[in-house]
Amino acid sequence: MTQPPKYRHFVFLWAWPIALGLLTAVGLVAALFSEDGWGDHLAALCLGIPVLVGLWFGWLRRQTPRRSE
Amino acid sequence: MQNTTIKTWAWVHKWSSLVCTVFMLLLCLTGLPLIFHHEIGHLLGTEVEAPAMPPDTPRANLDDVLTVARAQYPDRVVQFASPGEDDYNLWFVTMTPTPEPTTDFRSVVVDARTAALLAEPRFDQGFMWIMFKLHVDLFAGLAGKLFLGFMGLLLLVAIVSGTVLYAPFMRKLQFGSVRRERQTHVKWLDLHNLLGIVTLVWLLVVGATGVINTWADLVIKYWQHDQLTSILQPYQGQPLVPAAQRAQLQPALEAAQRQVPDSRLFFVAFPGTSYSSPHHYTIFLKGNEPLTSKLLWPVLVDARTAEVTAAPSMPWYVKTLLLSQPLHFGDYGGRPMQILWALLDIASIIVLGSGLYLWLRKRKTAPRTTAPAASTATADNAESAA
Repeated sequence: MTQPPKYRHFVFLWAWPIALGLLTAVGLVAALFSEDGWGDHLAALCLGIPVLVGLWFGWLRRQTPRRSE
Repeated sequence: MQNTTIKTWAWVHKWSSLVCTVFMLLLCLTGLPLIFHHEIGHLLGTEVEAPAMPPDTPRANLDDVLTVARAQYPDRVVQFASPGEDDYNLWFVTMTPTPEPTTDFRSVVVDARTAALLAEPRFDQGFMWIMFKLHVDLFAGLAGKLFLGFMGLLLLVAIVSGTVLYAPFMRKLQFGSVRRERQTHVKWLDLHNLLGIVTLVWLLVVGATGVINTWADLVIKYWQHDQLTSILQPYQGQPLVPAAQRAQLQPALEAAQRQVPDSRLFFVAFPGTSYSSPHHYTIFLKGNEPLTSKLLWPVLVDARTAEVTAAPSMPWYVKTLLLSQPLHFGDYGGRPMQILWALLDIASIIVLGSGLYLWLRKRKTAPRTTAPAASTATADNAESAA
């Protein structure tokens, strides 16, 4: 693969981390604004996704990852 | 990124992490059971439960509750009284030798409806107490707290520098790549990067709020100095109100609650204790809304007359402190949040452990003469491998 343009490289590198960071932030704040309600469910969902991502890429996915080159 | 820039960030990441890692591992490990302290208390049978009674059972007079508590420890004074966090049918009364802050305290639990003595749990011993003290102050009081707070600041530096280094390490790797087919240390480097980025925002928030919590004592002291000095002006020079001259607490509590409608009691700080003044019952109320229930509204009630002296609203810095507590404890989103808190905590332990492993391994393999350059070896390694 040829070197991607700058913005494509930025997306390649940071799309996942930014998405996970935003999800975590929303999850942390959501439950502050509700008591046993939608906020708690939203928080569980938003914090659950990064945990699942870590589990999936870290342990569950067993095949050799495809290189970008 | 310039090679020298990478080197600088790598140096910052290495040293900030190295200094704090052992303490952060301790905090992550001791924090794990603390997430579930209620559940563990139930399992161990140390959690006190109020007997079932019809919900409209009238509540006992608070002064009768205090009489029961004082009868258990006639040589001690009441420092704090609070309704149970999860069960308003319980009163927890904290008894100490003097009003001064101390770790020598006894707790008396009284039924809020019958004023019957229910239990005298010892919160100052056992497994959970050790976990709690190791987590909060290493058994070293304020100095221990501030020390852990400083270690927490280093953790924040390590997180930020680690995030900067994520770019050169992952430049040519798909997100989530874990190169298992290569040497063990490459696999662990990838896991370190993956879990580091997955836990990034969570650990940043839990770390930062933890650091803020270490300043709680100082913040409260400053608040008293900043906000209460003028309120207490008329009382200047007067000694601590002796127990015999104090008004009943029940009317004081009712006066406070009239002052702040739509609130419920969080706890009462008795005259002379660290959260009150020598002349007041300070009654801490909290709101009934999800967000206001995390904030506090103190009402100073004159200990002689049971009349409200002032109900100052909390300044921003106390509100910040109060809001940083749930964000650190993860106790505001029910059981699913507790479980996610634990999983993210375990992920953080793996990040810390793998970081330590990678450093130890590099130290063993890197020749002595090139030691200063060694910090970038992993980056080069990662890049050449990609």
